[in-house]
Amino acid sequence: MFQRVLIANRGEIALRITRACRELGIRTVAVYSRADAESPHLRFADEVVCISESSYLDADAMVVAAKNYDCEAIHPGYGFLAENASFAALVEAEGLAFVGPTAETISLFGDKSSARAMVQSFGLNPVPGSSGAVNELAHAKKVADDIGFPLMVKAAYGGGGSGIRVVRESAGFERAFAEAQAESIMLFSDGKMYLEKLLERARHIEVQVVGDGAGRAIQLGSRECSIQRKHQKLIEEAPAANIPADQLRTLLALSVKMAEGIQYRNAGTLEFLYQDEEFHFIEMNTRLQVEHTVTECVTGLDLVRLQFEVASSGELRLSQDDICLEGHAIECRINAEDSDFRPNPGLVSELELPGGPGVRVDSNLSRGYRIPHQYDSLVAKIVTFDTARHGAIVRMRRALDEFRMQGVASNSELHKRILDHQSFRNALIDTNFLQREII
Amino acid sequence: MDIRKVKKLIELMEESDISEIEITEGEEAVRIARYRHGPEVMPTVITRQKTDQPSETSLASQSIQGHIIRAPMVGTFYRAPSPGSPAFVDVGARVKEGDTLCIIESMKMMNEIKADKSGIIEAILLDNQLTVEFDQPLFTIS
Repeated sequence: MFQRVLIANRGEIALRITRACRELGIRTVAVYSRADAESPHLRFADEVVCISESSYLDADAMVVAAKNYDCEAIHPGYGFLAENASFAALVEAEGLAFVGPTAETISLFGDKSSARAMVQSFGLNPVPGSSGAVNELAHAKKVADDIGFPLMVKAAYGGGGSGIRVVRESAGFERAFAEAQAESIMLFSDGKMYLEKLLERARHIEVQVVGDGAGRAIQLGSRECSIQRKHQKLIEEAPAANIPADQLRTLLALSVKMAEGIQYRNAGTLEFLYQDEEFHFIEMNTRLQVEHTVTECVTGLDLVRLQFEVASSGELRLSQDDICLEGHAIECRINAEDSDFRPNPGLVSELELPGGPGVRVDSNLSRGYRIPHQYDSLVAKIVTFDTARHGAIVRMRRALDEFRMQGVASNSELHKRILDHQSFRNALIDTNFLQREII
Repeated sequence: MDIRKVKKLIELMEESDISEIEITEGEEAVRIARYRHGPEVMPTVITRQKTDQPSETSLASQSIQGHIIRAPMVGTFYRAPSPGSPAFVDVGARVKEGDTLCIIESMKMMNEIKADKSGIIEAILLDNQLTVEFDQPLFTIS
């Protein structure tokens, strides 16, 4: 096992990684930006290093800090440099372990337009759309007309819901394409785009896999993340409910087959849209995800620990037979935002986090903490677990009632409305549910 | 003394039977002793600094006087352009705005850190070849 690891991230995920390290006896070096100088998680790290004014995207700084502080590995968390193939390559070129897949794999799935085509050889069908990238407007328009409307324009290197535009009819295509492409260039430094048919009643279903990088992989079950706003997840669950067992089994098996076929290393998630009893591949996320928590609840496994084990030993000590899913877990993403969804950073003057049986809170908040404005608004993940979905929902309602934060607004009331909705309780949800029923 | 070295010494002590250790480096000395308090062993660090060199930690920077030159990046601090050559500046040196004061090496790239103000080097706040963090105070210019 590694002796010393650099955590190249911030906020709740940096705290999550620190916790796994402390349990494994790994010494932690936590980086922080000046904007994050007061971050609560820093006091749990063995060493802290200031690496910038506010950026977590300086690959060189991360590697320099890791080497100068005698780290053997870097955990990238999620977001920032986690799916940056150059960063992964740099880390390994400098003799450090990257806790995640190889640069090659990250690259393979980094371009979502080419990943779509690649997965077909493993029996996975992408959402109907462009066969590859469409970078020029004239070409894109032609392909769009062939696919038919409504459709989505998506950034090939996009993430976090950005670089996406829905186009309902041909007349709106040109403007949507230009906007999405401009956003993509600004956020992801790349204007490569692709098109997908819009599936309006689809459920977002994903599969967690872990591979040893040598051709063996296992799946840790499914998750459902249909409750989204502007393509950003709000509520996630494990496992996905109300899906015919044989269809789910096939999906899980195909996911493992692909992960093994590409010699996938470490943790990753395949994302699908499920509509009319068919699964359509969207993309693969080659990193730990925000919602790994719900999978941890139903499998009893520590995914971050598993990541460190695979990264340090090159082996997966678990076989598929070792994986047993029990019960149901739900996660609500608590964002520091007001009722109009505007980010609401500021000083947390009062904070009461829920507790009791079957309640887990992953959060970097603390009373008196000033939430910086430079980063995304996710401030806490409330996760509840029970023997069945209904129990997990009831427990989440209780937990949300216990949650109290003053000085900064949150979306906890929105979560209560969603959980109280009859369709949600009956798992009759899709990715447009929030827009249609609640907002 | 580099705080990381002290931490490493504590780690080594925790793994061994040594109960007390004193290390002298240049003009600084550190004595680490383990005292048994009940079932736990708590290492105690007693630092004696024989000179008045300011600490390199950023907590101490609050008491630094004068115009501070700070590190714009993480890296390794070098006082001279190459091993064996004279330092760019010493305490008391007169510098002009734009003069190179030191190098911070990051990923094999030597970045020259320049004075943003003319004046006299009042203090050099850390030793050669130490790791610097972003924004860490390096020099004061009066």
